[in-house]
Amino acid sequence: MSRLQIITKGILKENPTFVLILGMCPTLGVTSSAINGMGMGIATMAVLILSNIVISMIKNFIPDKVRIPAFIVVIASFVTIIEMLMQAYVPSLYASLGVFIPLIVVNCIILGRAEAFASKNGVFDSALDGLGIGLGFTLSLTIVGMVREALGAGSIFGFSFAEGVMPLLFILAPGGFLVLGYLMVLFNKIAKR
Amino acid sequence: MIGMNIMSILVADNISSEVLNGFATGSVGVQTITLVAIVIGAIFVNNVVLSQFLGICPFLGVSSKVETSLGMGMAVTFVMALSSIVTWLIQTYLLAPFGIVYMQTITFILVIAALVQMVEIVLKKVSPALYQALGIFLPLITTNCAVLGVAIIAVQKDFDLLTGVIYSVSTALGFALALVLLAGIRERLETEDTPKAMQGVPIALITAGLLAMAFMGFANVVPLP
Repeated sequence: MSRLQIITKGILKENPTFVLILGMCPTLGVTSSAINGMGMGIATMAVLILSNIVISMIKNFIPDKVRIPAFIVVIASFVTIIEMLMQAYVPSLYASLGVFIPLIVVNCIILGRAEAFASKNGVFDSALDGLGIGLGFTLSLTIVGMVREALGAGSIFGFSFAEGVMPLLFILAPGGFLVLGYLMVLFNKIAKR
Repeated sequence: MIGMNIMSILVADNISSEVLNGFATGSVGVQTITLVAIVIGAIFVNNVVLSQFLGICPFLGVSSKVETSLGMGMAVTFVMALSSIVTWLIQTYLLAPFGIVYMQTITFILVIAALVQMVEIVLKKVSPALYQALGIFLPLITTNCAVLGVAIIAVQKDFDLLTGVIYSVSTALGFALALVLLAGIRERLETEDTPKAMQGVPIALITAGLLAMAFMGFANVVPLP
């Protein structure tokens, strides 16, 4: 597999949200607006790249039996770092993402990539894999957030394009399920063609 | 006045610690009412899956049969009750006194992972019947973000031990309720003629959306006579 393929496969062929169906909690929980979805995607991507790099570096020193707890410690350390950075530099985003920032630890995408890719490949390839999958995740979160914000608030990235009362439902919890469900149907339709 | 407070608790989506402390200093009767509000709030109003979006992976993954979803719900309730006690003790007697609250994420996830392993080992020895029923679900629970999420939320809301455990157990019951409801609907959907692109997860998500819409009806429930 070429280096370019490692990056691009995460965006369409192995899209974590629409194809692998991983990391559903943040996908639904933080996508009430496009900017929240994008922020969450970028935070997850940062953790994914960093943990992939470190895990591919230390993979030879970790006994096979304790590799999952060891991976979790590495991931949790990076999540804590990102959490503190976000609290310091983007406090408003930190407040609106809330409990979902520490919950990046249990995002199955990250542990999944550590187990499936970083523990078998070199440092550089693992970083690229993290970048690709992270981009795919950020992209899908941003799209879900954009659709929900456009339908529910009449704006995209905070820029309003529609006046009057919009169906708030799409920003509330049911809208998250419905929008993601129908986007998945759309993705399936396009991908099968 | 109390009724107003409880309504604001249920509607405002956060049970603020000030309100709770206000109740706690009152009579026992008032505290019981607060606990009832927490229970109903956690099961119906702020349902962990349908309104807080925690634990979606098992919600979609284990909800194709009512029987397995019941087992999963029981296992999650068990683990959540235990983990809420352990994480509360760690937060109060270890992290807070030493000023290392920033280690919360790392400690909690390790403790929960270890706890799940331990529960599995103990159950296998002590009660093989219960292990048979819950065993296959236990490894799945480590990655259930609802367990870690609820532990963190309980700490953030400054609950005392009893309130924290009651909150966790009722959240878990809310999880089980949502899971069983979705499983019941999905069992029916199995035999229906769904479009190919909608089969599996998409139709489950849309069903969950409709369920969440139904649960929004609880937003105005005031649990007072």
